[in-house]
Amino acid sequence: MRLLPVAPSIVLLALFMVGPVVWAFYVSFTNTALTGRAARAPQWVGLDNYVDLFTDRAFPLSLLLTFVFVLGSAVIGQNLIGLGLAILMTRANRVVRAVVGTALVAAWVLPEIVAAFAAYAYFADDGTLNQLLAAIGIAGPNWLFDFPMLAVILANVWRGTAFSMLVYEAALNDVPPEITEAAIVDGAGGAKRLWWVTLPMIRSSIATNLMLITLQTLAVFTLIWVMTKGGPGMASSTLPVFAYQEAFKFQQIGYGSAIAVVMIVVGAIFSVGYIRMLRPERDT
Amino acid sequence: MHRTRATLAFAVVTAATVALVGCSADSGGGDDDTIRIVYQKTDAFVALDDLFKKVKPEFEKANPGITVSLEPIVADEADYGTKLALMQQSPDTAPDVFYEDTFKVRSDVDAGYLLNLDEYLADWSDWSQFNEGAKEAGRADDGSVYAVPLGTDTRGIWYSKSVLEEAGVSLPWEPKSWEEILDTARKVHAASPDKVAFNVYSGKPAGEGSVMQGFGMLMYGTDDELYDADEKKWVTGSQGFVDSLAFIETLYSEGLAPAPDVALDGSMWQKLFGEWFPNGQIGGTIEGSWSPSFWMEGGQYAWPEYVDDIGVAAFPTQNGQGDGAVSLSGGWTLAVGANSGNPDAAFDFLAMALDKENALDYNIANSQIAVRTDVAEDPAYLEANPFIGFFTDLVTSTHFRPATADYPQISAEIQAATEAVMTGQMTPEEAAAAYDEAVVGIVGEDNVTG
Repeated sequence: MRLLPVAPSIVLLALFMVGPVVWAFYVSFTNTALTGRAARAPQWVGLDNYVDLFTDRAFPLSLLLTFVFVLGSAVIGQNLIGLGLAILMTRANRVVRAVVGTALVAAWVLPEIVAAFAAYAYFADDGTLNQLLAAIGIAGPNWLFDFPMLAVILANVWRGTAFSMLVYEAALNDVPPEITEAAIVDGAGGAKRLWWVTLPMIRSSIATNLMLITLQTLAVFTLIWVMTKGGPGMASSTLPVFAYQEAFKFQQIGYGSAIAVVMIVVGAIFSVGYIRMLRPERDT
Repeated sequence: MHRTRATLAFAVVTAATVALVGCSADSGGGDDDTIRIVYQKTDAFVALDDLFKKVKPEFEKANPGITVSLEPIVADEADYGTKLALMQQSPDTAPDVFYEDTFKVRSDVDAGYLLNLDEYLADWSDWSQFNEGAKEAGRADDGSVYAVPLGTDTRGIWYSKSVLEEAGVSLPWEPKSWEEILDTARKVHAASPDKVAFNVYSGKPAGEGSVMQGFGMLMYGTDDELYDADEKKWVTGSQGFVDSLAFIETLYSEGLAPAPDVALDGSMWQKLFGEWFPNGQIGGTIEGSWSPSFWMEGGQYAWPEYVDDIGVAAFPTQNGQGDGAVSLSGGWTLAVGANSGNPDAAFDFLAMALDKENALDYNIANSQIAVRTDVAEDPAYLEANPFIGFFTDLVTSTHFRPATADYPQISAEIQAATEAVMTGQMTPEEAAAAYDEAVVGIVGEDNVTG
């Protein structure tokens, strides 16, 4: 009976999390569509959707763009900049800390759609960035058209760095000062202290943070949709945008669900990798 | 311990079952006393909203006890279609009367969203006023009629007399082939490189417009077809398809068309009507017969001088073959939901919204080509704008989209092909090959020509 208190949450999870996942999994094996005969009586088509997907010339591109987006904006951008800022913040005085912290967290607390519009207005052809560049005599390119991936990656870094910074600030505060002091006494410089002392001590935070921001970034849709609609052509169609296009523009719910299932698999692969990263520490 | 686990599992299953039953208890049928009307409304398209707002009180007065609930969806055409399709997924949310694009009628009938109107139309005296083309527009594969058109449209070239004059083009401009369009566009481009010389809608953001006011106008003017209606097969590997894409590529690669980044903004048409034509920044474009609805008094981009500054011409076939001109026709309809709780009242509402007086008002306000004979003969309709006669006559050289349930999906593939070409990501040959592959995927090997 000791499981009884968690029963409501199990029911809710089953209804709202497992249910849709199982449904998406099931639908990905049918030809469910929003219109036409298949909308009235969807048929079981086995692996057809997956076969089509893996031979679709748009798929490898979309997968690649997804990895570029996750790697560029989450693993490198948000994660490293977040860590760097957190380290700098430990040394900053109270005023700098308050100003920088507020500025960063402001981007993070904005609702996604608002942040997306702000980023669109910044990178648009006649947007803030190009006006600033024009003021110093540089004619900027149309970022959203000429460099769509760079624009959405920078926008996602801007939006998400605060989260990583907060996680690392908390982690760094937990590093006992006497260990760092001992390292100083032993003659370790700044870089060595960071690499050999600080980072190993916050490794579990790094893994947790990486897992959270990776999964978040894999799922980013609004930001890209508002800024580029996945275009021009397919040039910024990551998997979520690709799935939406297929399901709701081309009306192929079954095919879109197959893409969604692939996304779940990609997320799972990343997660397993990060969980492995956590493991050795538990052994010691 | 085993027993408690079993009890727990039982409790979980029971709770889940109760929750699921609770969710579905209300489903089935709709409310008999309320009829829900779902339609599109945008900043620039309020004519239908105005029409329904006028009909609602009249209808409620004539049918005591029935409430009309107007539910406009504020979205562009593509998003409207998606939202409507999602509403159709459950009888609880499916509308009683809705605004439906003619090209979706057949596939949505296949999906079971539309009510068969044959019985109702047999008793509706006004039905004899609708012309034959209009009666066909709502017909599905089974021969029954499922939707009643509000109006139709034709397409041709709209050009700026002042911009063409400036470039030394003699007026009236009446191109006889694609080459003559390119010649004129190059003159405009040479005279003022910062102006848009000639626009052909392309790319996914413009949606169905990229086919109707774009690729389709080219394709139907070649020697090839998109769809072989006799064999009921989609045509693949045609030279006409490649040529049409090549024309688009030429326009974009030579800088005659709008910059690709501008053209790929779904709101380009607003610039075209609101800024480019009034400010003399565009030579010409393919556009629909509805264009004056934006410029006329009270329109979204009111510009009364359009009457003198704008010229129109029929869009030519590739080399002037056939009867020399091409137009495409579409149009929107009203349909009754298959799961309507009160289909009689729903049809009565549809009939009232499409009676002569209302159809006349709507056709004028939205610059539609009338499909009711009595409206088409009405002096008020004929005098509504100076171009209505020209575009009504284009009906003789107009084409209708392939009337098959697969068309909407294939249209999306055509849009993708035009986008690949205009951005230079694929050559016309590559884009045509990708299209062929996609069409086979949609309709199957057996339903395409070799």
